[in-house]
Amino acid sequence: MSSLTELTAHELKGLLDKGEISSKDLVKEHLERIEKVDKKVNAFMTVTKEEALKQAEVVDEKRKRSEQLSPLAGIPMALKDNMCTKGIRTTCSSKILHNFIPPYNATVVEKLMKADSIVMGKCNMDEFAMGSSTENSGYFPTKNPYDLNVVPGGSSGGSAASVAAEEVVFSLGSDTGGSIRQPAAFCGVIGLKPTYGYVSRYGLVAFASSLDQIGPFTRDMTDCALVMNEIFGHDHKDSTSAPVEVPDFTKALNNDVKGLKIGLPKEYMNEGINPDIIECYKQAVAKLEELGAVCEEVSLPHTEYALPIYYIIAPAEASSNLARYDGVRYGLRVEGEDIVSMFKKTRSQGFGEEVKRRIMLGTYALSSGYYDAYYLKALKVRTLIKQDFDQVFEKFDCLLTPTTPTTAFNFGEKVDDPLSMYMNDICTVPANLAGVPALSMPFGLSKGRPVGLQLIGKAFGEGTLLRVGYTLEQNTTLTRPRPELKGVM
Amino acid sequence: MSVEFEVVIGLEVHAELKTKTKIFCSCPTEFGGEENTHVCPVCLGLPGTLPVLNERVLEFAVRAGVAVDCEIANFSKFDRKNYFYPDLPKAYQISQYDLPICKEGKLEIAVDGEKKIIGITRIHMEEDAGKLLHSGNTITSSHYSLADYNRTGVPLIEIVSEPDMRSPEEARAYMEKLKTILEYIDVSDVKMEQGSLRCDANISLRPVGTSKLGTKAEIKNMNSFKALQKALEYEIERQQEVLEEGGTIVQETRTWDEEKGITVSMRSKEEANDYRYFPDPDLVPIIIEPDWVEEIKNSLPELPDAKRKRLVEKLGLSEYDAGIITESRALAEFFDKTVTLFNEPKTVANWIMGDFMRLLNVESIEVKDSKVTPEKMAALLENQADGKISGKMAKTVFEEMFVTGKTADEIIKEKGLVQISDEGSLGEIVDNIIEANPKSIADYQDGKKKAIGFLVGQIMKETKGQANPGVVNKLLQEKLSQL
Repeated sequence: MSSLTELTAHELKGLLDKGEISSKDLVKEHLERIEKVDKKVNAFMTVTKEEALKQAEVVDEKRKRSEQLSPLAGIPMALKDNMCTKGIRTTCSSKILHNFIPPYNATVVEKLMKADSIVMGKCNMDEFAMGSSTENSGYFPTKNPYDLNVVPGGSSGGSAASVAAEEVVFSLGSDTGGSIRQPAAFCGVIGLKPTYGYVSRYGLVAFASSLDQIGPFTRDMTDCALVMNEIFGHDHKDSTSAPVEVPDFTKALNNDVKGLKIGLPKEYMNEGINPDIIECYKQAVAKLEELGAVCEEVSLPHTEYALPIYYIIAPAEASSNLARYDGVRYGLRVEGEDIVSMFKKTRSQGFGEEVKRRIMLGTYALSSGYYDAYYLKALKVRTLIKQDFDQVFEKFDCLLTPTTPTTAFNFGEKVDDPLSMYMNDICTVPANLAGVPALSMPFGLSKGRPVGLQLIGKAFGEGTLLRVGYTLEQNTTLTRPRPELKGVM
Repeated sequence: MSVEFEVVIGLEVHAELKTKTKIFCSCPTEFGGEENTHVCPVCLGLPGTLPVLNERVLEFAVRAGVAVDCEIANFSKFDRKNYFYPDLPKAYQISQYDLPICKEGKLEIAVDGEKKIIGITRIHMEEDAGKLLHSGNTITSSHYSLADYNRTGVPLIEIVSEPDMRSPEEARAYMEKLKTILEYIDVSDVKMEQGSLRCDANISLRPVGTSKLGTKAEIKNMNSFKALQKALEYEIERQQEVLEEGGTIVQETRTWDEEKGITVSMRSKEEANDYRYFPDPDLVPIIIEPDWVEEIKNSLPELPDAKRKRLVEKLGLSEYDAGIITESRALAEFFDKTVTLFNEPKTVANWIMGDFMRLLNVESIEVKDSKVTPEKMAALLENQADGKISGKMAKTVFEEMFVTGKTADEIIKEKGLVQISDEGSLGEIVDNIIEANPKSIADYQDGKKKAIGFLVGQIMKETKGQANPGVVNKLLQEKLSQL
């Protein structure tokens, strides 16, 4: 029998149901795994060992009483450290929240707890989700399980690495401009950014409210559908949450793409894309065509403006969202001679470089005299980008692109060059601006590093993404890479 | 030669809405309460929390809008007003910037009988901030400050007027009228002293005959109608002095110092905040159906102007009396109800404006808390009209009613206050008094008509005040003329 930590949730469910293993065994095994690998990988900010073991016992009791259980009951998982957990420190990997213990759970946390999933801990991230490498964590960088010398991507680097390193079965991340999909691509796992409004943002510490969405990291499409079934749905605590019914996403797992129309946006295939990635991409297109899908080049003419306007809209919202960290009520307080100096010292010492950079960018973009030229204009372009998607989705069921222009890069390679770091989001940002769902899935390796394929769907069209992903999963061997964890084990 | 100046005033009025819960969470809005007990993660702005609009706030704002003839926007949105201050836990206030819920309304005021229309630019919704208590005089000179967030997130409407007022009296009349309307439509407690009604004034001067607005000062911290009027009077004098000496007015915010009776500079335009307004991405746009606005319009009670008009034209009250009675909705409703039970509007008005209002004032009681109800007042007036008790007795009975809440009948019975109007029994008493007071009779016959007053007094004394004065007078006249 292979090690339990290798298995997916739906595989483990079989064992749990048959009584071959208990949730407690499962949790213990994962805790051991965390103990073994996380010293090197550093995916976790906080490991909630005691709570996890206690929770596992509760689930085992329920199972003994033959209670109706969710498919995710007893399954170990992890949360990005920007999702509020009642009684458990929630830092956003920022010094300014080093001691913040929320008195409430995020809605997704409530939902997963109701499903009896087991929170193993909170994952490291780029501070306040700003970054693409997890190097911007206020505490320590997370390493890529495929190669400890390269970054896991970001900002949900810890969540992606924890699933890739088999420390947990699945995890949740948040995606504002690619923060789920890019680390998923770098770490060789599946990452989904849902349609804006499909998953409640209540309890997700805001970075850019009009772009942020929570989504899962899993190792296969079935697990992805199972997590979606639990965390999706309307929430009266979030005004931007869509009042729509949630289908059973496992029903979308069809090994069949015949007649499906898949658009290949030409604007995403620019010269900046690594040739190995283009090779994998072409292979995926060929496979899908072989399986009966119709793949055609399409154009989304405003794509080139996506990144620049993202770097106006996201920092603008962030500058307002992050203003509350002033040392008055919670989190870090650095005393000063008066209130103004307390504000200044607290924020100077509490925030890292990238966060400060974006607060300044955003403050500038919203300032009187600049608002029309930057923020307002960006909103108008955002509408054009949305219209691009609306138009192609009149004819196509989904779009296929690379997730990132490169595979995982080395530590320090881009951290001092913000613009080149920002370029890493070039393929992922448009879906956030348009509010449409997008999924990254592994598809082969380049020089030992995973390559990610991105599927972009219509609003609330997640089912199509699962269907295409599942079909590729069933018909190739390229979608389930495993890291060797060299230098870890 | 001195230039004559014209005063230009516009008011920004904040009214706390009396919804049960706060604007974006379900905490109670109740005034008072132990510090930081009416709070939750949402109104404390804890990380990750999100606002959800209380629909009653929208309804109240629309009520206010239609009551002052505003146009109700069918598309409106919330914006963030960003600034750092410890009473503002999110470091932004959720407010409305360029697309307020109501715009272009108006209000009629009267100063010394002169009527005037004041334009209302807009009404928008926003959340209130918390309260700070400093150990020193100001936040920057304090060792510590205490923050109470009970008020944070209490819904407000801000009503912005056009710069249509030309004197402190007009400003005061506008403010009083607005207060009355908000009370009538039952959307706010409108208590200036508790801060549920607050007012900032923009004031400038310009040479008479010119149309360009002068540089304005914004005056804050006026906590009563009187303070508003006094602060504006002071400010006119100050600005006039500056201008007459050839100086220029600095655009600035000034605060009214009630004790010293002066306005003091707080900050100039240069120091003003750039609020970096932008649409709040946590809230969705507000779409309003015209049918709903109609529904609200139809549900409004009779407003003060209409009520006053009816009292004058239909019930024959004077403008002055109608004005006083309609100043408060509670009083006006008390009047209306009483009149339906005792259909002599003038008598009812006199009682309400006389003894009733006097006692309410003396005892600091609000109409709604009064033990005298319209039913009880009508019953009292009924007794008086029937001649069962005299006017003087009625006053005594009313005072007792006001204190104990008993009915007029109960008090009349307890005190044996029945008026004697029977000519037979009174006649006997009158005869006895005439017989016992020959000197007064002689005086009367000598032309000292005042003597009759003494005789009446004696008769009232004899009857313990129960004699019907009308009947006593009549009998006395008759009997004296027969002597």
